[in-house]
Amino acid sequence: MAAVALGAAVTGASFGAISVGSGLPWWMPVLMSLVIFAGGSQFMAVGIVAAGGSPAAAVLAGLVLNARHLPFGLAIGDVLGRSPLARIVGSHLLIDESTAFAMAQKDPARARAAYWACGVSLFFSWNTGVLIGALVGQAIGDPMTFGLDAAFPAALLALTLPALKDAATRNAALVGAAIALATTPFLPAGVPVLLALAGLFAFRTTKKKEEPCLSPQS
Amino acid sequence: MSVTAVLILAAGTFAIRFAGPLLRDRVTLPDRVRELMSASATVLLLALVAVSALTNGKQFGGWALAAGVAVGGLAAWRKLPFVAVIVLAAVTTAGLRFAGVA
Repeated sequence: MAAVALGAAVTGASFGAISVGSGLPWWMPVLMSLVIFAGGSQFMAVGIVAAGGSPAAAVLAGLVLNARHLPFGLAIGDVLGRSPLARIVGSHLLIDESTAFAMAQKDPARARAAYWACGVSLFFSWNTGVLIGALVGQAIGDPMTFGLDAAFPAALLALTLPALKDAATRNAALVGAAIALATTPFLPAGVPVLLALAGLFAFRTTKKKEEPCLSPQS
Repeated sequence: MSVTAVLILAAGTFAIRFAGPLLRDRVTLPDRVRELMSASATVLLLALVAVSALTNGKQFGGWALAAGVAVGGLAAWRKLPFVAVIVLAAVTTAGLRFAGVA
């Protein structure tokens, strides 16, 4: 769990530095991390706005991205605890990692302990990382922006890579990326990324007998 | 990015998270919906990667940018640390630009 927390701190520091480099004040990534606390959607929102997209497109993309937390919540259920306060605080700590740690435990009491330990430690390490990254990014100033436009997609790609191992997901994602690229010259920034969701029509899980005939490379 | 947008995204995200434990006894999601939700996250992220790696928001973003992201992607694929991925991408792009590659 210490390794996971350290990883979150490093990712958070990159998020803070990249956000400041894209022109946001230092407190904006810090505020986002405290109240949103979902790394992927934070990167997404900052990226869309930095590319000239509207805040509405950024919010919408972030919400679609975070919709995956709904099934997580349904799956872990009582792990948060029964009291209203535990449910409210516990819901805010519902992230990929805390869900995974809780689901790895069979005994309910241990699952609860694992969930809270993971959620709380990641909340602190992520937010500390973002604060340090934002302050360092601000101190470095201009040199940080040089090549920064490459750092951002590279960071996102590194976060996305594990999910692309699944063939059905990969096909849908490649079709979606092609749609986004093809429509970028014609549409306002942010909209092509949302249009990429049409790539989900190419999402075929392996249960079907037919071969996936839609090869995204063709 | 405005404070209002951040707060709306935060409120929406919390609502999504809170709904799960709350509706647990009343709702079961079909497998297909669960899979689609998880896949849509990846679809959005990869689309943003593609657009921000290959375009400047309107047209081709230049070889220096594309090459930097490619190097970063390669580093991530080879399981290099996250910091190395970011630094390699930025240094590659900056170096190519310094060398005169657009």
